[in-house]
Amino acid sequence: MLAHLPILQVIVPLMAAPACLILRRPQLVWMFTLLASTIAFIISILLLQQVMQTGTISYELGGWSPPWGIEYRIDKLNAFIALIISGVSTVVLVAAHTSIEKEIPQEKHTLFYILYLLSLTGMLGIVTTGDAFNVFVFLEISSLSAYSLIALGRDRRALWASFQYLIMGTIGATFILIGIGLMYQMTGTLNMVDLATRLPEVAETRTVTTAYVFFIVGVCLKLALFPLHLWLPNAYAHAPSIVTAFFAATSTKVAAYLLIRFTFSIFGVSFSFTTLPMEMVFLTLGLLGIFVASTVAIYQDNIKHVFAYSSVAQIGYMIVGFSMTTSAGLSAMLLHVFNHALMKGALFLALGAVMLRVGSTQLKDFQGLGRQMPLTMAAIVVGGLSLIGVPLTVGFVSKWYLVVAALEKGWWPVAGLVLLGSLLAVVYVWRIVETAYFKAPLAPIAGKEQVKEAPMAFLLPVWMLVSANVYFGLDTRLSVEIATAAAQSLFGVAP
Amino acid sequence: MNSSLATLLQLCILLPIFATLGIVALRRHQNLREAVSIGTSVLVFYAVVTIYLGVDAGETITVHWLQVLPGLSVNFSVEPLGVIFSLIASFLWFVTIIYSMGYMRGHNEDHQTRFFCCFAIAIGSVMGVAFADNLFTLFIFYEVLTLSTYPLVTHSGTEGAKKGGRTYLGILLGTSVAFFLLAIVGTWVVAGRLDFTSGGVFPAEANTTLLGIILVLFIFGIGKAAIMPFHRWLPAAMVAPTPVSALLHAVAVVKAGVFTVMKVGVFIFGLDLLVVLPTTQFLLYLAGASVLLASFVAMRQDNLKARLAYSTVSQLGYITIGVLLATSSGVIASSMNIAMHAFGKITLFFCAGAILVAAHKSNISEMRGLGRQMPFTMVAFFIGSLSIIGLPPTGGTWSKWYLLMATLETEQLIIMAILMLSSLLNIAYLMPIPFHAFFSNIPAKSEHGESAAKVQIKEAPMASLIAIGIATLGCLVLFIYPNPLHELASAILEPQQ
Repeated sequence: MLAHLPILQVIVPLMAAPACLILRRPQLVWMFTLLASTIAFIISILLLQQVMQTGTISYELGGWSPPWGIEYRIDKLNAFIALIISGVSTVVLVAAHTSIEKEIPQEKHTLFYILYLLSLTGMLGIVTTGDAFNVFVFLEISSLSAYSLIALGRDRRALWASFQYLIMGTIGATFILIGIGLMYQMTGTLNMVDLATRLPEVAETRTVTTAYVFFIVGVCLKLALFPLHLWLPNAYAHAPSIVTAFFAATSTKVAAYLLIRFTFSIFGVSFSFTTLPMEMVFLTLGLLGIFVASTVAIYQDNIKHVFAYSSVAQIGYMIVGFSMTTSAGLSAMLLHVFNHALMKGALFLALGAVMLRVGSTQLKDFQGLGRQMPLTMAAIVVGGLSLIGVPLTVGFVSKWYLVVAALEKGWWPVAGLVLLGSLLAVVYVWRIVETAYFKAPLAPIAGKEQVKEAPMAFLLPVWMLVSANVYFGLDTRLSVEIATAAAQSLFGVAP
Repeated sequence: MNSSLATLLQLCILLPIFATLGIVALRRHQNLREAVSIGTSVLVFYAVVTIYLGVDAGETITVHWLQVLPGLSVNFSVEPLGVIFSLIASFLWFVTIIYSMGYMRGHNEDHQTRFFCCFAIAIGSVMGVAFADNLFTLFIFYEVLTLSTYPLVTHSGTEGAKKGGRTYLGILLGTSVAFFLLAIVGTWVVAGRLDFTSGGVFPAEANTTLLGIILVLFIFGIGKAAIMPFHRWLPAAMVAPTPVSALLHAVAVVKAGVFTVMKVGVFIFGLDLLVVLPTTQFLLYLAGASVLLASFVAMRQDNLKARLAYSTVSQLGYITIGVLLATSSGVIASSMNIAMHAFGKITLFFCAGAILVAAHKSNISEMRGLGRQMPFTMVAFFIGSLSIIGLPPTGGTWSKWYLLMATLETEQLIIMAILMLSSLLNIAYLMPIPFHAFFSNIPAKSEHGESAAKVQIKEAPMASLIAIGIATLGCLVLFIYPNPLHELASAILEPQQ
């Protein structure tokens, strides 16, 4: 049983998806989905434990040994990312039933859970597989289900947002496929380990450079790296709240994983950063992303838009860490991947609670919520502080590591810019705080009931994520240890 | 190492924070709720005094809480400077609660429970700052202090309060994240450790230009020390109720700022290094400019609290100058000024609040002849002013004395001239207030139509008067009996066991 964990990680949610059709009753389907996600979560914990103790796990699919058969390969890096994905997915699902009750028509509930599970399958698949083409297959599974999930949003703008994402996402996927195809053409293999050994032989060719560039651009589209982020804000703002919370915490993380995996383990640092000038490219885009997206976030009226742009900015932070090409920079990036999942999961889920009670996430509708929904708003404040990077929260831990990494590399101006960027976060977080706490509640409209605190089903997962924000800000052993170990192993393995 | 003292130290930080539970639980019973505050403040003060006596007897106290990142822990220890700061803060907290009871009720303020809660958290974090064993711990409590005082600044919830709060939070959080944190990380990268050590942490071969930049980042980053151009938050914070301005913005918050500057100067850089850094001279002149400019601005303020706020900005500059002079008398002057200015300024703010409650006046121009209506308050104001200026028989004399000595020792004649000029300016903007209150005639017909002859004595509520009395007495006692303070201040530079 334990030997089959790598495949079970993907198979459990995949099989659970069609099984939902049998259950029919939404409540049952919800519990079943929650169960499947929890099992996936437990599996990823077990996998991570195993990897930390015994090192990389290789699983041969169908008994065909790699590189001929498909290999699932779990190392510290993807075990860590899988843990984030399945963990957030499980916590978010707790609130799903209550939330979609109001946002999605009853007859589509089962469909929602099926898509959710498929999307989870896709993400976990991308992360666990050791085969480049398999990555593409799972990418399509997760993307197609994501497009439909976003289209389930409650007004017609969701359709447009989904369509935008569909176009951009398909372009991205096509680029990735072209990249993988070119790699195959040059090396005759799709297995990642095999690719890594064979690519250096042909690294000097223009085809390999083209393959890398196609692949990276495709991934950056999925990652929503500035300036390829245009699909993200609308997709996040108009999707059902649960979907937003899930995607904001996980989907860009998967793309970040692909970026790291292909750059460091497959193409290798010397190719990506010495042959090609990727260091400056990523650094510039990362810093631009931080400042442009944060500035745009300040001027948004829909809070979902605010946090969506903030996500683009946070991706900028990750990419700045990535561009340093040092072990410290990479661990800072991985830490931020983990920490950002906690922050955005908490914030978007709390917005889901606001959506449930108020029916809108426009800034003006936040008036007086500090008094009407004290626990939800407190969660948003703590999540916001974490986003700013106040000490005792996870945000501070990532900022600390990022700045230390920049200074160790001698990039003093970059360190300063990274910190200045967090000041912009103060502005957009504080607009919400001021509206919620200093303005009197709107007079209740006749026929509409008074806004009250969110139900337990929401408060519980929201506060679980919020406490995780504080807990991992204090006790950083788990996150820092794994992130550092993963980063170091990547630099050890890399040619 | 003494475990009971270690427990007391932790109680200093935790008691105020736990007190919030009691305050919230008793929100329906005003008197009981305030009893919780008073009880806690007495306990905290008692704990600090015990710690002081223990340290005086040669005990060392260290407490380890948790390790957040490898090499970065939340640790506490006690040294003389921290003792001075915590003694003042805890004592004046007690006094301020008594004052607040009179003020908040006399002024019919809302949300008093929230007020006392945030107050307690703020004091808890001040204790954390005072006893922090490393920069990291200090930074954490520094930020908690900013966030916990924000609801106090915006207490009234009006548009003005919101605007003031925005400036307050923007500057304090902004400077601390953009400069202070960068300086801390820089220190970490250069020195590899952040714990406060006598003589500094930097290795001898470190690049002095880089260290000079880090020093500038520290001085700008510690926004609570209100060195121009990052002083705007202090006048902005004056929208808060007067007890907040009195304790937090004359004692706790601003002193946390200069306290941090002192800690960084003495225990991170070390005085010997401070002298040779290329940027020290520039920062000295900047602090000098801050002293003078703030005094000039203060003269032009008609709002009493705004004038006092600018006066604070100017006085904080004195303390920073004392550290940057990097001599032992400079450090003694600075640490004594932390105490002297605290007592002097809190007296003045208490008086300003009393005038607001009893006579509903906040502008200086309206206070002519007020001495006849509020003689006690105005006498206290006079004594407080003397202490701020630095004239006998008040405690302020001593700190100014040592500061001037330090400028002479280091032959910083320009700085000395600035200090002299500033003292004259202090006289010019503080003395006219009690002077006019006693010796000018009340305008023949006041707004309410009452004539000058019929003025009756109408002072602030009793609780407030008691608090004013204690604070004023403090100013006088510190003149006659400055010795314990001086001993503590001299002990700062002695190498620790």
